[in-house]
Amino acid sequence: MYVAVKGGEKAIASAHKLLAEQRRGDTDVPELTIEQIKQQMSLAVDRVMTEGSVYDRDLAALAIKQASGDLVEAIFLLRAYRNTLPRLATANPIDTATMTVRRRISSTYKDLPGGQLLGPTYDYTHRLLDFDLEDGGAAIAPADTAPVDNQTEIPRVSDVLNAEGLIEQEIKPEGDPDGSDVTREPMTFPAGRDVRLQNLARGDEGFLLALGYSTQRGYGRNHPFAGEIRMGDVAVEIMPEELGFAVEIGEITLTECEMVNQFTGSETSPPQFTRGYGLAFGGSERKAMSMALVDRALRAADLGEEAEAPAQDEEFVLYHSDNVEAQGFVQHLKLPHYVDFQSELELVRKLRAAHPTAHPAAAE
Amino acid sequence: MTPLRSSRSRRGYNFAYLDEHTKRMIRRSILKAVAVPGYQVPFASREMPLPFGWGTGGIQVTASVLGPDDVLKVIDQGADDTTNAVSIRAFFARTTNVRTTEKTSEATVIQTRHRIPETPLIEGQILIYQVPIPEPLRWLEPREAETRKMHALEEYGSMHVQLYEDIAKYGHISTSYDYPVIVNGRYLMRPSPIPKFDNPKMHRNPALQLFGAGREKRIYAVPPYTDVKSLDFEDYPFEIQRWEENCEICGADDTFLDEIVTDDQGGRMYVCSDSDYCAERTAAAGKIPSEAAE
Repeated sequence: MYVAVKGGEKAIASAHKLLAEQRRGDTDVPELTIEQIKQQMSLAVDRVMTEGSVYDRDLAALAIKQASGDLVEAIFLLRAYRNTLPRLATANPIDTATMTVRRRISSTYKDLPGGQLLGPTYDYTHRLLDFDLEDGGAAIAPADTAPVDNQTEIPRVSDVLNAEGLIEQEIKPEGDPDGSDVTREPMTFPAGRDVRLQNLARGDEGFLLALGYSTQRGYGRNHPFAGEIRMGDVAVEIMPEELGFAVEIGEITLTECEMVNQFTGSETSPPQFTRGYGLAFGGSERKAMSMALVDRALRAADLGEEAEAPAQDEEFVLYHSDNVEAQGFVQHLKLPHYVDFQSELELVRKLRAAHPTAHPAAAE
Repeated sequence: MTPLRSSRSRRGYNFAYLDEHTKRMIRRSILKAVAVPGYQVPFASREMPLPFGWGTGGIQVTASVLGPDDVLKVIDQGADDTTNAVSIRAFFARTTNVRTTEKTSEATVIQTRHRIPETPLIEGQILIYQVPIPEPLRWLEPREAETRKMHALEEYGSMHVQLYEDIAKYGHISTSYDYPVIVNGRYLMRPSPIPKFDNPKMHRNPALQLFGAGREKRIYAVPPYTDVKSLDFEDYPFEIQRWEENCEICGADDTFLDEIVTDDQGGRMYVCSDSDYCAERTAAAGKIPSEAAE
């Protein structure tokens, strides 16, 4: 009797219903609101916005809710939506020196202009489960914070080093910003640094974390120091052609990381420090640091270093960093492959029949 | 809770999901692909509401060529009722309202994964393949910068060496699907993972064949009546799979057969992978498929 092995419309519709049920969970428990996710799962929202490549807390929170908290799925949902949005304008480059900082640290100087500002961080917390949070938690006492002077720009650590000529100059490439965009043009290799940085900014945090970590363990070592990490709000401006001057359209929260890396020098350049750069939406600090390590690793070829480690291999890193691409292709293995498998089955039988040591199958 | 902006409703999507600028960009890539048969044209693939690896390349190509009067057929593994084919067909039904069909002869656009229909295609039809890995040289050379050079120089010796090594080792070529072809006497092309059984159908086919690889961001094409030659050697000519069995439903002896395991005692039966072709033959013979299978 021929059993129907092929799925159908009914099965898919039922699967969607089961998924909706699973997402909702016990209906006696109040449903999560978008506002709750935005407020109380803000770092999840930040990650989804960063890798989803769109700064919209409402949509990111909606995606997280719809994905039952599966962040890679939420990133995918947001990306697919982002595609359909019109591009009304290109913003001017943001200037993080003007950031209203909530956190700013440097591991290279004990103190520096603008000071060290710890801000909200999990660093130095003891990772002990706080059972007070189980049911509601107590009221939070306000923190003692020194007033931050945001009237003046806080210079970047790299600028401090630059004044002494100890760090490589960041020379603006000709035509920058040229508006190249990996979502509008496919990557070609060798990729420019602008393409690399955009790719890494959208890249999977876990992938970049592991690659960054691998450089610390000797696979493409580049002696990094966290020159500076800053998190805070930056104004976004656009320049409407008909106005001829820039207009602020809002503020976004960013985390920026500048790694300062050793460089022994080459025939053409003296020993000096080099840079790796990371930038992410919201408080995605682990992501920004990982990105900076990988950015520096990928500059190996530009700096005339030997490039043998995975993190230094541009095609390897840039082609495999996107989790929307990666998760789709890995999971496509769930799709039927019976035609290919049939062809392979045929072949293996043929090869086995010809093989001198092949035993006849037990059933035959 | 702040309500999301009302313009963000499902109704806000364009015909076939993609906006017209994106479709135009894809159609330009298609035109280039048709002009240079077998050449992989990079295109700015979009994230689609279906995952990469699940046919996004084919879907983007289909979305770009589909008009309101088209009739769409979607198959996976040769069948219209496989889950992903159902899902893609439902996607286009929802975003375009075009008429869908399971009949190969009725369709103007056919999106496929892993098969070419058994019913011969005709002029005016477009066959759109979903492609996972477009680069035929990828398993020989992982680097895109290298493989593009190899194509530019028509440096395909390594592929012949691989086939030769098969013959030296096994006495025959052991590639059974995704079997490499030369298109129009110039470009080495990966026919997507169709079984080599289907390769001869590509040769001088009256239909336009388009290939979309979404994750890899490449489009390529075989225009109607273009030469498509499967690689082989004079003394080891290309050959396709043959079954000793016939289809147990329609009795066909010249189709690609799926093997169905019927019990745990080694029992199995063979049926056409092309469900439409099988059903047409069964109907023509006046049989009901379920009876035929018993």
